[in-house]
Parts: sequence; C-alpha cells; structure tokens
Amino acid sequence: MAETALINNVEPPARPAGWRGIAADWSSDQRAFKNVSWGKAMMWIFLLSDTFIFSCFLLSYMTARMSTTVPWPNPSEVFALTIGEKKIPLILIAIMTFILISSSGTMAMAVNFGYRRDRVKTAALMLATAAFGATFVGMQAFEWTKLIVEGVRPWGNPWGAAQFGSSFFMITGFHGTHVTIGVIFLIAIARKVLRGDFDVERRGFFTSRKGHYEIVEITGLYWHFVDLVWVFIFALFYLW
Amino acid sequence: MTNVAVHLEAKQHPLQAHMHDASASGATHTKGQQHPIKLYLVVWGWLFVLSTCSYLVDYFGLHGHLRWSLILLFMVLKAGLIVAVFMHMAWERLAFAYAILLPPVLVLVFVTIMVLESDYTHLLRVLFFAPTA
Repeated sequence: MAETALINNVEPPARPAGWRGIAADWSSDQRAFKNVSWGKAMMWIFLLSDTFIFSCFLLSYMTARMSTTVPWPNPSEVFALTIGEKKIPLILIAIMTFILISSSGTMAMAVNFGYRRDRVKTAALMLATAAFGATFVGMQAFEWTKLIVEGVRPWGNPWGAAQFGSSFFMITGFHGTHVTIGVIFLIAIARKVLRGDFDVERRGFFTSRKGHYEIVEITGLYWHFVDLVWVFIFALFYLW
Repeated sequence: MTNVAVHLEAKQHPLQAHMHDASASGATHTKGQQHPIKLYLVVWGWLFVLSTCSYLVDYFGLHGHLRWSLILLFMVLKAGLIVAVFMHMAWERLAFAYAILLPPVLVLVFVTIMVLESDYTHLLRVLFFAPTA
C-alpha cells in the first residue's frame, strides 16, 4: 500500500457520474483523490495556495488603481519600445508572452516523452523549456532596468499614480522569482532524467525514495502554472 | 502496443481511453497522462493565436467595454486551455478537479468586496482630499 500510494497505478473504484461521484469519493474514511498520486496532489495544492497569493497581489493592484484620484500611467506607452524609428506599444511584453507560451509547449511535450521513457528527448525538451524561461527572466531584467532608468520607483514615477511602481515591481518581481525557481527546478529534474534515475529507480538524495517519470509531469504542472499566472498579469496589468 | 498495455487500457476510465494512443512503452509501469503530441501542438497554436489577438486589442487601441471584455475573454480562454490540456485537468478525476478548481472561483467574492471598498475610498478621496483651487 505504501508503494501504491506513491505512483499513479491504483485502479479507482467505479462511481456514478457528476456530483454523486464526487460525494462518494469524499465521503467515509478513505483517500479522496483515489488514483491521483500524492506528489501530484501536493503540487496542485501548493499551486492552489500560490493562486491565492497572486490573487492578493492582483487584487491590491486593482484596489490601488480603482481608488486613486491621480491618473494611472498608460501601460501601452510606458512599455513601448522604439525599434528603428517606430514606437511599438507593449512589444517587449508581447515577445515575453510568446516566449513563455513556447516554453509551456516544450514542457507539455517533455511530459509526453517522459512517460514514453525517452530519456534524451525528455531532458532536451526540459532544458529547452529552461532556456526559454531564462530568456524570459533576462528580458524582464531588461524591462526593469529600462523603467528604473526612466525614474520608476515603488514610491513614485514620472507619469501618474505612485502605486504604479509598487504594483509593478511586486507583481512582476514575484512572478519573475517563480520563473527563476522553475528554471532551477527544470534543470535539476532534467539532470536526473538524463542520468537515468527514473529507469533504474535510483533513490533520491533528500528523500531516499525511488523516483518516477511522474516527476516530469509534476515539474510541468509548476511550469504551466507560471505561464498561467503570466496570462493574468498580461491581461490585467499590461493590457487593462 | 504490447498485450499488457491493451489489457490495461481496457480497464481504464473512458475519459482516459485514448491515453495510450501515442505510446504504451511506459504503460506497464506507470499509468501517467499520455496524449497525442498533436493535441499539444494544436493547443500551442491556439495559445499563440489568442495571445496575438489580445496584443492586437492594445495595438489597435480599442477602448471602453469592448477592450475590457475582449481582454477578459482571451484571458479566460488561454487560462482554460493551459489548465485543461497542458496541466491535464480535463482528464483528472472529477473529485480532484473540483477540489482544486472551485476554491479560486471564491476569489471573485473577494474581488466584489474590494471593488465596493475601492469605490468607497475613491468617493472619500474626491469628497475630502480634492485639491483646493
């Protein structure tokens, strides 16, 4: 039983469809999530808590922006870049968005090749994902530098409401931290994949437990979440 | 596909029936999420299209309710695709999916509270802190 709980191979009991099935799963003394492994469930629960953290940041940004009597700086102009002679609105943010979406695509395929036990392709796709992530963080550093040079501070900026700077640095900073941690996480797991840890069931350094290819999917969950948060930041902070 | 894999597949939940289409080499050991690569590529393509659309909203400088509704529409579609397909929530057990997906919806209550609160704060600022001419 101890081992079956570790991986996703328990046959779930038959349940009626819809709410009755949900009630049957949650009632009585049993594992509520049946065939969902603890690793995946815990990552999802962590992501749920992270969702609340980012919700609070976006909500405080919304509250600041709605309650201020000073005009909010126009993100379309603040984040415009002059390429050649032309001033293109939000172009850097658009490129960052596409990079992060691309990294999500390579991550999804890495999970697929992981379950096929294709070590080299899985590791290569994970490293490609990490490279996209590192590029994203690099572009964010460029963006921060540009804004700081232009005089944006957490307590003020040249264009309008003072809360613009604090919201911007808090939200994108926290997201960038998540991307950075994700890149480290990806490289660590890619190294294990490449070394064949999950084929020979080598025991983990910290946990002394046997690893499985499911860790690629769990890493993927974290990475897709980072992309998911960016979708909301892009829409609510940059486009609004 | 090996015989063992076929046997395993027969016992699976209907939603997960196509899981081993792509490959079954890992099926005897781990019944993970297996979906055709093509599905990921299609979703990837759609995410690009939707991102381009939301960027164009800004590029063409749409304003007012049209802008906000389009931004929210593209945002929800993108988020839905990522959670459902990339994060495999569409194939997870319903009891699990609801446990994870319902709590964030409650954030909308918080949003409502804070909208009312900021309207009130704004009103107070306009009434009492307006610059004296």
